[in-house]
Amino acid sequence: MMQTVYRHRLTTRLWHAINAVAIVILLGSGLMILNAHPQLYWGRFGANFDQPWFRVAWLFEAGRVPGWLTIPQTYNLALARRWHLLFALVLGFALLAYMVASLVNRHFQRDLRVRRGDLAPRTLWADLRAHLALRFHDPDHPGAYNVLQKLSYVSVIFVALPLVILTGLTMSPGLNAAWPWLLDLFGGRQSARSIHFIAAVWLGGFTIVHLALVILAGVGNELRSIITGWWRVPEEDR
Amino acid sequence: MILTRRRALVGGLAAGAGGLLAGCDAVQGTDIGRKLLLSGEPATQALQRALIDRTALAPEFSADQRSPIFRANGTRNPNTPTYNASLAQNFADWRIRIDGLVARPVDLSLADLRAMPARTQITRHDCVEGWSAIGKWSGPRLGPILERAGLQQRARYIVFHCADRFGTRPYYESIDLVDAFHPQTILAWVLNDRVLSVPNGAPVRLRVERQLGYKHAKYIERIEAVPSLAGIGGGKGGYWEDVADYEWYAGI
Repeated sequence: MMQTVYRHRLTTRLWHAINAVAIVILLGSGLMILNAHPQLYWGRFGANFDQPWFRVAWLFEAGRVPGWLTIPQTYNLALARRWHLLFALVLGFALLAYMVASLVNRHFQRDLRVRRGDLAPRTLWADLRAHLALRFHDPDHPGAYNVLQKLSYVSVIFVALPLVILTGLTMSPGLNAAWPWLLDLFGGRQSARSIHFIAAVWLGGFTIVHLALVILAGVGNELRSIITGWWRVPEEDR
Repeated sequence: MILTRRRALVGGLAAGAGGLLAGCDAVQGTDIGRKLLLSGEPATQALQRALIDRTALAPEFSADQRSPIFRANGTRNPNTPTYNASLAQNFADWRIRIDGLVARPVDLSLADLRAMPARTQITRHDCVEGWSAIGKWSGPRLGPILERAGLQQRARYIVFHCADRFGTRPYYESIDLVDAFHPQTILAWVLNDRVLSVPNGAPVRLRVERQLGYKHAKYIERIEAVPSLAGIGGGKGGYWEDVADYEWYAGI
């Protein structure tokens, strides 16, 4: 008999749909904005005469991120900023709404809380081996997240996303006047710009691994569950 | 069979992401897409204006926190016959006309400007491109100058007309009255204890510290108070706003 579980609430599915669009647009437009000054620095200031720690030219011979990865596809800083700053609002407020909803409906406490014992080396090792063997679900609790899954979701929701949003706000000369403590927190505007980039790489890496695992776990089933909420327990887990 | 289906799905996902990237180009080409895209700016402006006190100061730094070299960008030399002639006599004939919706239009010479009480501030200059440089600026505050000219009730924006040209188009910029009367908004004629150099906007440039670099008009020759930005240049309040869709409100 086919066993299905209601795995994702409406708020989670909505947030996921918004993010699926927003993250791709923000990464693409962000790479175009990086093209306008393809170097990163540490500290309060940084321009052509200062020493960068990273140059796009190290990765791409042309010194710019190629057009197939950027929004727009041909060089246009003004429109890239329009895309980026519009969808930054979408990403930020969607995260806020999702966090409030997930505290109220106890999604965080029930599904994402890292429990005592989860972080024991033995548990982590066992989960890693299960992943490598492409077993992603605990047969006894097929609907529950495994440890590595929890850790990656928790670190993205509570570290990478807040980090990318706060460092983004730190780059705003307007907000610097209202919240100067952000500059102190990240060590200056150019440091914030660097951390923004690192957090974006983290989110891009998460997205790629996430998609790869969705494919390995069964695209049809995973897609249905993130769209309708209903997830079919795989045969081998029953 | 499963492998091919998997491959097709992987290909589909990759194409989906690529399609989204390319789709953005299509969206920004449509009227509705453009309108949506441009709706971010008023939202950002409203949020920032609500969050930031109108007199909140941009961070100021100590002398040893300055950039070793302050980068110049945009026009590095207006190089017009009039500008060059004025430069040759150290801008002795330079006048900044303050007019538009004011009770008493004024012509300020550099001597007038230099005689006024100056504000000195070490601030960070953020280019829209992403780089930052910290420098020490001095010059009189714009607010008292506007008060002296007597701003009329209908005035909403202050427009800065500049001596540099992009092709034939003159550079210009504009700010609203919140920024015009902000304590750190100055007409700077000193950078890092030296008279402002040509690449950085000699003889006078605007400092409007809570916004990005392109708002800081250089080579100022006229300051005009207006009721709306509609009649000026392309109508969007600045050279870059007109030609390339840069935001008029550049607080982010």
